[in-house]
Amino acid sequence: MDEARRVVLRGAGATGMFAAALAAGLLKPERALAASWNKAAFDAKSTIDALQGIGAANPQKSEDIVIDAPQIAENGAVVPVEITSKIPGTTAIAVLIEKNPQPLAGQFQFMNGALPYVKVNVKMGESSLVRVIATAGGKHYTATKDIKVTAGGCGG
Amino acid sequence: MAGPMKARAKMHGDYTDIRVLMSHPMETGLRKSGGKAVPKHFIQNLTVKLNGKTVVEGEISQAVSRNPVFSFRVGGAKKGDKVEISWLDSKGDTNKTETAVA
Repeated sequence: MDEARRVVLRGAGATGMFAAALAAGLLKPERALAASWNKAAFDAKSTIDALQGIGAANPQKSEDIVIDAPQIAENGAVVPVEITSKIPGTTAIAVLIEKNPQPLAGQFQFMNGALPYVKVNVKMGESSLVRVIATAGGKHYTATKDIKVTAGGCGG
Repeated sequence: MAGPMKARAKMHGDYTDIRVLMSHPMETGLRKSGGKAVPKHFIQNLTVKLNGKTVVEGEISQAVSRNPVFSFRVGGAKKGDKVEISWLDSKGDTNKTETAVA
């Protein structure tokens, strides 16, 4: 019996089966636990780099993204931002605070009946434009809102 | 340490509002305590499931406020549907909670 050959074959077979199972969608890795986190985009120190990081370098301006947030935030540590995209087929919304040390604050993907809506509290180091990117049909759209902060929320 | 987590899902006509509160320090790495910088420690991933199907996947940064509160909306949910929410942070800690649509 050629033991080495058997081991190689067994290995090849197992790898092949694993690939086939992956392709067939049988092995769905739990994404939340697989820590899929866009480090490059979150670490980016400028809005332009962060937009590139999420693949939305040249977003098109849209009136159909509604950003509901206070014009003046007394406490930069907790600034409520409510976002609704009225763009049909929106599948993702990203929030960037342009003047934060790392602008990208979050990115949300919507599926299986979720509406393109999110409300989140963010920290703002200083007064800044808050930029929202909505993704629909592979295209990126953007809207901004200027928020004045009277007490910063980073460093505290 | 992962503190308590609360969630509520309520029907509002044609959509269901899902609200969740996560207890987490969300340290930016910029805050100082006793002259020393407190290391970065924040939630990175969150997942919302409705009846076992993922409806929202979020990736967030340290710029989300301490003890994060999120609202999401789903269409087509019914009373009693199961909502599960989980998170994973930058140290690998996780927590989850579940509730039923009311």
